[in-house]
Amino acid sequence: MDFALSKEHQMVVDMVRRFGAEAVPVIREYDRKHEPAPLIPRMAELGILGVGIPVKYGGQGLDYISLGLVCEELEAADSTLRVVMSVHMGLCAQTIFHWGTEEQKQKYLVPLAKGEKIGCGAFTEPGHGSDFAHIQMTGRREGDYYILNGEKMWISLASLADYAIVTVRTNPEAEKPHRGLSTFIVDLHSPGIKRGDIKGKLGVRAGSTGWIAFQDVKVPVENRLGEEGEGFKITMSAFDRGRYTVAAGATGLIRASLEASVRYARERETFGVPIAQHQLIKQKIAHMARDYEMARALYLQAGWQMNQGSRATRMASMAKWFATEASFRAASEAVQIHGAYGYSDEYDVERYLRNARGAMIYEGSNEIHTLIQADYALGYRRDKPLRLELPPYDPEEWQEE
Amino acid sequence: MKIVVFVKVTPDTAATVKVDESGKVTWGDAPLVLNPWDEYAVEAALQTKEAHGGSVTVVSMGDESALEAIRRALAMGCNDAIRIEDPALAEDDSLSTAKVLAAAVNKIGDVDMVFFGRQAIDGDTGLTPPQTARLLGWPYIGLVSAFREIDPDGKKLTAERTIEEGRQVLSTQLPAVVSVAKDFGEPRYPSFMGIRKAARAKVPVWSLADLGIEAPAVKVRLPELMNPPKREVQCEFIEGDTPEEIAEKLADKILAEKVL
Ligand SMILES: Cc1cc2nc3c(=O)[nH]c(=O)nc-3n(C[C@H](O)[C@H](O)[C@H](O)COP(=O)(O)OP(=O)(O)OC[C@H]3O[C@@H](n4cnc5c(N)ncnc54)[C@H](O)[C@@H]3O)c2cc1C
Repeated sequence: MDFALSKEHQMVVDMVRRFGAEAVPVIREYDRKHEPAPLIPRMAELGILGVGIPVKYGGQGLDYISLGLVCEELEAADSTLRVVMSVHMGLCAQTIFHWGTEEQKQKYLVPLAKGEKIGCGAFTEPGHGSDFAHIQMTGRREGDYYILNGEKMWISLASLADYAIVTVRTNPEAEKPHRGLSTFIVDLHSPGIKRGDIKGKLGVRAGSTGWIAFQDVKVPVENRLGEEGEGFKITMSAFDRGRYTVAAGATGLIRASLEASVRYARERETFGVPIAQHQLIKQKIAHMARDYEMARALYLQAGWQMNQGSRATRMASMAKWFATEASFRAASEAVQIHGAYGYSDEYDVERYLRNARGAMIYEGSNEIHTLIQADYALGYRRDKPLRLELPPYDPEEWQEE
Repeated sequence: MKIVVFVKVTPDTAATVKVDESGKVTWGDAPLVLNPWDEYAVEAALQTKEAHGGSVTVVSMGDESALEAIRRALAMGCNDAIRIEDPALAEDDSLSTAKVLAAAVNKIGDVDMVFFGRQAIDGDTGLTPPQTARLLGWPYIGLVSAFREIDPDGKKLTAERTIEEGRQVLSTQLPAVVSVAKDFGEPRYPSFMGIRKAARAKVPVWSLADLGIEAPAVKVRLPELMNPPKREVQCEFIEGDTPEEIAEKLADKILAEKVL
C-alpha cells in the first residue's frame, strides 16, 4: 500500500492550482452577473480538458487519479470549473473512451480530448431524474438513422457543448423499461435542436445549466454507442465517472472552506482573542479537517480502482455521497465562522455554500446514494460484469504518442 | 541555438522566513519552488528556442531539493537538465557559484546564450549573472525586458532593458549572458506532457571533478543573521460626521506628524 502521490500527480496539482488562482477573480465577476464565465478556452489551452484520456486519443495520458486531483483543485476555485470536467470528461469523453468504436473515438473522442470540442451528458428530463429508467424521450429507427424527439433538462454545459451523450427510449415495448434505452453521440449543432440556459439558479451561477429540445433530429446509426437496448448500462457507467469527479470536486470545496475558515478565524478577534481560540470554532475547523481527509481518501480509492481496472461503482457512489454532504456542512460552517461577512459576496464562502447545495442533488441525489449503499451492504445489489469494461490505466499505452 | 538557463530552488514566496534560535534561516515546512524570477528566465529561454531553434538546457547547483526547480523548468519545456552537486560546495558565495556555473557552460560547450533570473528571492544579491559573464569573458545585459533581434548566424544580439529611468536598447555579440526582468512577460504554465516527462526525467549530476575545477574559494561569509527589528505599528481611526470633516482631520494629522 502506498499513500504517496507521485511526482507527476504533485506537479499536476501545482499547475491546476495555479490556474484556479487565475480563474477566481473572473469567477467572482461572472457568478455575480449570473453568466457562464469564459474560462473553457483557457482550460482547453492548458490541456485540462484532456486529463483522463490516453495520448493516442488526443488526451494528456494522465490517469484517473490525476482526473480526481484536477477536479479537487478546480472546485477549490469554483464548482463550475469542476462541472466542466464532470460532464465534458466524466460523462462524455470517457463514455466514448469506454464504449465507443475505434471510428467513434477517432471522430469524437480525439477533438474532445484535445479541447477543440466540448462535450456534455444529457440524461435527465423535465419529468424524470432519479427514476431514469422511465425517461420519455424517443429515438425511432428509420433506415440508417434514428429520429430523436423529446427534451432534456438540467443539463450542464447545455448552451456551450458541441457534442452530447444522449440516452433515449428506442424500444417502448421492452419488457423492462430500462432495457428499452439506447445511447447516442449527438452533434448539438444538428438541425432540430434548440437549447438554452436556466436562469435563477441557487448556485453554479458562473456556469451553464440548461435545457436541450430535440425535434426530429436525425442521428446516423453509426453514432449509437454500444448496442441497442444497452443505454441504461452505458448511462450508469457514465455516472461512475461523473460521481467520481463530483466527489473529488466536493473534496476541494471542503478544503477551500477549511482554508478560508482558518484564515479568518486567526484574524478575527472577539472577547480579546482570535475567534480560532474559542472551542466552538475549533470544533468546526476540526470537523472540516476530518471530513477533508476522509473525502479525499474515498475518492482517491475510487480513482485507484479505475486505474487498476476494477469497478469503482460502489466507491464512487460512496465518495460522492460523503463528500457532497461534508462539503455542504463545511461551506455552511465556513459562512458561520465568517459571521455577517460570510453572508455577503465580499468573501467566497457564501458562493461555496450555494455551489455545494447542487451536488447533493445531481449525479444521483444523496437519497439515491443512501439506498445504493444500503443495498450493497445488504447484498441486494452487486456489480455484474459489463460487456465492455472501462480500460485500466497503463502508463506505457496511455502515453504512447 | 544552444541555450542554457540557470535556475535555483527557493522557499515559496508565501513562506514565513526567519532566523531561528541557532542562527539559521528557516521557512518551516513551506514548499521549495523554482525561484520566481527564474520563471521569467526560463520563459525567455524557451521563447528564444522557439524563435530560432535549438535546445534549452536547465542547470541548477544544489542538493536534491534543486530537482524541484529543475522539474518545473523541464515541465515548462526545457529539453534537458543538469544538476551540480559536490560535498566541497557546501558553502558558497555568489562568486564561487559563478565560477562553478561558468565551468558548467564551458563543459556543455558551444553555448550561444545563457539566461538568468534577475536575482534569487532568498539571497537577493543579483550578482551571480554578471560574475558568470565576466568569468566566461562574455558580454552581459541585465534586466532584459524584450529582445529586438537575435541573430545566431551573425552572432548579434539587441535587447531592451528596463532601468529606473526608462528603457535602454543595447547591442552586443553572441555568445552572451542575460538576466531577465519581470516585464519580459508572464511565464507559461507547465504543460501536462512536460509534467509527465519532467516527473520521469533522470537528471545527471555533475561534480567538481566532472567540471574539471577545484572547489572555488568562498570569500564572503555570513557570520551572523538577524531577524529585522519588529515594527511597532499604531492604528488610529479618524472619525467624523462627514467625509469632508474626516478628510480635514486627516490632513491636519498628516501635517502635524510632518509626513508631508
Ligand atoms: C446544477 C445541476 C446540474 C445538473 N447537470 C446535469 C447534467 O449535466 N446531465 C443530466 O443528465 N442531469 C443533470 N442534472 C440533473 C440531476 O441529475 C437531477 O436533478 C437528479 O438526478 C435528480 O432528479 P430530479 O431533479 O428529477 O429529482 P427527482 O428524481 O424528482 O427527486 C426529487 C426528490 O425525491 C427524492 N427521491 C427520488 N426517488 C427517491 C427514492 N426512491 N427514495 C427516496 N427519495 C427519492 C430525490 O432524492 C429528491 O430529493 C443537473 C442538476 C442540477 C441541479
